[in-house]
Amino acid sequence: MPKSDPKSDHLVEINNMSFQHENGKTVFHNVDIVIPRGKITAIMGPSGTGKTTLLRLIGGQLTPTDGRVKVAGQPIHALSHKKLYQLRKRMGMLFQQGGLFTHLNVYQNVAFPLLEHTQLSESMIHTLVLMKLQMVGLRGAMHLMPNELSGGMARRVALARAIALDPELIMYDEPFTGQDPISMGVLVKLVKTLNNSLNLTSIIVSHDVQETMQIADYVYVIVDKKVVGHGTPDSISRDSSSELQQFIQGLPDGPVPFDYPAMPLVNDFLQGGEQP
Amino acid sequence: MSDNRLALVGQFGIDNLRQFGKAGILFYQMLLYPPNFRKGFPLVIQQVYSEGVLSLLIIVVSSLFIGMVLALQGYHTLAKFGASQELGPLVALSVVRELGPVVTAILFAGRAGSAVAAEIGLMKATEQLSSMEMMAVDPVRRVISPRFWGGFISMPLLAMIFNAVAIYGAYLVGVKWLGVDAGIFWSNMQSSVEFHADIVNGILKSIVFGIAVTWIAVFQGYTAIPTSAGIASATTRAVVYGSLAVLGLDFVLTAMMIGEW
Repeated sequence: MPKSDPKSDHLVEINNMSFQHENGKTVFHNVDIVIPRGKITAIMGPSGTGKTTLLRLIGGQLTPTDGRVKVAGQPIHALSHKKLYQLRKRMGMLFQQGGLFTHLNVYQNVAFPLLEHTQLSESMIHTLVLMKLQMVGLRGAMHLMPNELSGGMARRVALARAIALDPELIMYDEPFTGQDPISMGVLVKLVKTLNNSLNLTSIIVSHDVQETMQIADYVYVIVDKKVVGHGTPDSISRDSSSELQQFIQGLPDGPVPFDYPAMPLVNDFLQGGEQP
Repeated sequence: MSDNRLALVGQFGIDNLRQFGKAGILFYQMLLYPPNFRKGFPLVIQQVYSEGVLSLLIIVVSSLFIGMVLALQGYHTLAKFGASQELGPLVALSVVRELGPVVTAILFAGRAGSAVAAEIGLMKATEQLSSMEMMAVDPVRRVISPRFWGGFISMPLLAMIFNAVAIYGAYLVGVKWLGVDAGIFWSNMQSSVEFHADIVNGILKSIVFGIAVTWIAVFQGYTAIPTSAGIASATTRAVVYGSLAVLGLDFVLTAMMIGEW
């Protein structure tokens, strides 16, 4: 597999990118983000700021309306179908719900990308799958079906599957959401150790401030269609900008208003009993 | 107000055209990327099993009863004109030319089309298709296309089984119960059913219906809104649109085959 230009220490570069959904809703406006190679970069922001959309843009599942998204030096949204799929072999993505194939068991799920993309012998695949499952601590669960796994275990299996092809880039979509403290701790540790031991580049999209700040090397905060701050976790938590502080400290009201935009209260009351 | 309504009509038109366009692109991709022999063949066989073999029970049972009812009704009408020896041709022609392909396709839409749409829709809602895409496995090639080709292969086979069982059901009622002579039943059938004009045309119909039903089912599943309500309505649409398409296409095909065009 060809490696990208080693001189560039940015695996992902997003320049001046804007994105609008088909229904006309703008998600990003002139966003600039660079993801340094070999580091854990966190992208944080309130729910609904399009963090998952950002990962889909990086993965080439969506096309920006303006600007550029470059992955490993290649503009991913301008690639041909074949080249896009070649580039995707170098990425892994962990979806929020895991996205495990429900008709396959844990072993078959992790073996899936290997069977699809390599010509390896069965025993070789067996060894590789066991190694990946061992890394996430679920070798003993290889015969279980996805519906027999807890949420945290499903995410760990999905993680083992995402690293099956030894990607350069791995993207985590809300990896800590809805986890009990123990599985949360396990996942935090896994993200960190995998990144270091496999020499990965990780992007974590999350709104779990504490856990994410703990392991991230660099943080971007997105609020209301644009990047409102970026820096190391330390500098972010010391930043005085009110938008950042509201998010980091979890203040209910601030630049991100508590109230959803509405007409004045009086007008709403005067409209009488009309149901919307 | 009237401007608004006009805009709504326009929006409706554009949305529908867009859907047709997307369906066309999906069809093109399925034809362009048929599953390759080494990896795709087992997947298609698996789908022939789950769409075709698992539909056998409903097809066999309904065709048996349809054949039996047809013989019963036909016999009593024909007997009034003293033409009960024509029961064989009546049953064979109506089953082979019309009922076989059409009823099989409608049952197939209800049994296999709904299952395919629901399965694909649920795979989409649980991010299985997205994660496949991110693993550099094209879901159109891996999931959608085998289901389409599986249906394409199964449907004509099911229609032929339907024909055979329905005619046998008519034989049971007409010959064994109502007492039509077996020799007359079969020989009259043999002399009036033509291989090309009747049987081949019926199979052609079932091929076209198979394409339409599975295409609609995979498209509805693939474009389902990934919520429980979205999957429910996609499944319903797969069956309703599939059945309507079959009935509409049947008229067009019959008109073409009878030679009025």
